[in-house]
Amino acid sequence: MNKLSLFGLLGLVVRRDLLLAMRRRTDVLTTLVFFVMVVSLFPLGVGPEPDMLRKMASGVVWVAALLASMLSLPRMFSADHADGTLEQMMLAPQSLSVLVLGKILAHWMLSGLPLALIAPVLGLQFDMSPQALWILVLALLLGTPVLSMIGAIGAALTLGLRGGGVLVSLLVLPLCIPVLIFGAGAVEAVNGGMSAVSNLALLGAFMLFALVFTPFVAAQALRISME
Amino acid sequence: MGCTAGGAIVYNPTLFCFRRATRFFMQQAPFLEVKDLACERGDHRLFSGLNFALAPGELMQVQGPNGSGKTTLLRSLCGFVQPVQGTVHWNGQDIGEWDDDFHAEMCYLGHLNAIKDELSALENLQMSAGLAGYTVSDRQAVAALRRMGLHRREHLPVRVLSQGQRRRVALARLLIGDAHLWILDEPLTALDVGAVGLMQELIGEHLSKGGMTIFTTHQPLQVAGIETRQLVLS
Repeated sequence: MNKLSLFGLLGLVVRRDLLLAMRRRTDVLTTLVFFVMVVSLFPLGVGPEPDMLRKMASGVVWVAALLASMLSLPRMFSADHADGTLEQMMLAPQSLSVLVLGKILAHWMLSGLPLALIAPVLGLQFDMSPQALWILVLALLLGTPVLSMIGAIGAALTLGLRGGGVLVSLLVLPLCIPVLIFGAGAVEAVNGGMSAVSNLALLGAFMLFALVFTPFVAAQALRISME
Repeated sequence: MGCTAGGAIVYNPTLFCFRRATRFFMQQAPFLEVKDLACERGDHRLFSGLNFALAPGELMQVQGPNGSGKTTLLRSLCGFVQPVQGTVHWNGQDIGEWDDDFHAEMCYLGHLNAIKDELSALENLQMSAGLAGYTVSDRQAVAALRRMGLHRREHLPVRVLSQGQRRRVALARLLIGDAHLWILDEPLTALDVGAVGLMQELIGEHLSKGGMTIFTTHQPLQVAGIETRQLVLS
């Protein structure tokens, strides 16, 4: 019997959640298909005018990403809560924050990362320039982890509540507005011939800030929900 | 490691070092002590003025009708439920002050099995061990599952196992850890006669190694050569 280090534990939780998701693929696919559908509906609904589409592209992609990530949030802790695994996690001799960070990482890999990777394909429908597409992916890679991290707090607070799914969105969406503004702003800056560095730097700062505080806060929220 | 003073968490290095040193040099036998404990559920007072202590090698059964607070008592021993009054001490120290060190020395098995339908019995056991902070080899885990009577079921998804077999997978967790204190809430649910006998055997082994066990059950559970202490909640 060997003791597990903190990083070992983090890796274990991520591996476990990814393994579970692989055995239950529909959950992952729902988020991705929802994202693709919502983004694809706009060119169909608004009409094929390249100028207008180019202008609204980043905003549409970001709003869709925001909604898609809300879709999978209620499931972040609910399955573990229902089968008693969460109780065992709270009894783990290591800090609960590390376990929560592992779950957040896994959640991002299953919901945020696929969105960022498929976004350039969807961007083509909006006639986005190659440079704008790169910035869009970069901004999504920096911004979607923040959505998962802030979302974890909401998911933890609404654990076990009836109709928790809608409540999570109401709690979390307002907090995600800064990410939306600077994420969409990065692409608009490039379109306007300016540098996107300041927007991306701010997104990076959000991510680091959230990385430090949210696992701890979500762990406290879980403790409150479990009582 | 912090200790609570006036509602604020403050770091107290002296106390921290002292506590570690005491544990290291004195190698005192672990013990659980409950003083004047009272718990509520909603606004309803379940029990109050509860006092007992549990020393190594001791077995205690919590008895009482449905709704008398057996589960709440066990959950308050884990630290899930904050008692409205009284304290739970482990080795003379409030469990709230132990932080996570106390959790390394106990194993709690609740009503819920804490196993995943999508994973195999072996994967489940290894994940549970990981969450409890240690790794077990395939060989150790398979041995534990076989001991629990799950021969050739190790690689099947738990989804296809029966209720009793799932409970056995959950109970196998007791075999791979080295917890001093076992807190078992209705461990015999869904188990057949053979498995009940096996549980009695396992608890007996655990007690003979200096472990202690507190459990609830509505079925008779006798461990050979050991007197079961009764705690009746009414």
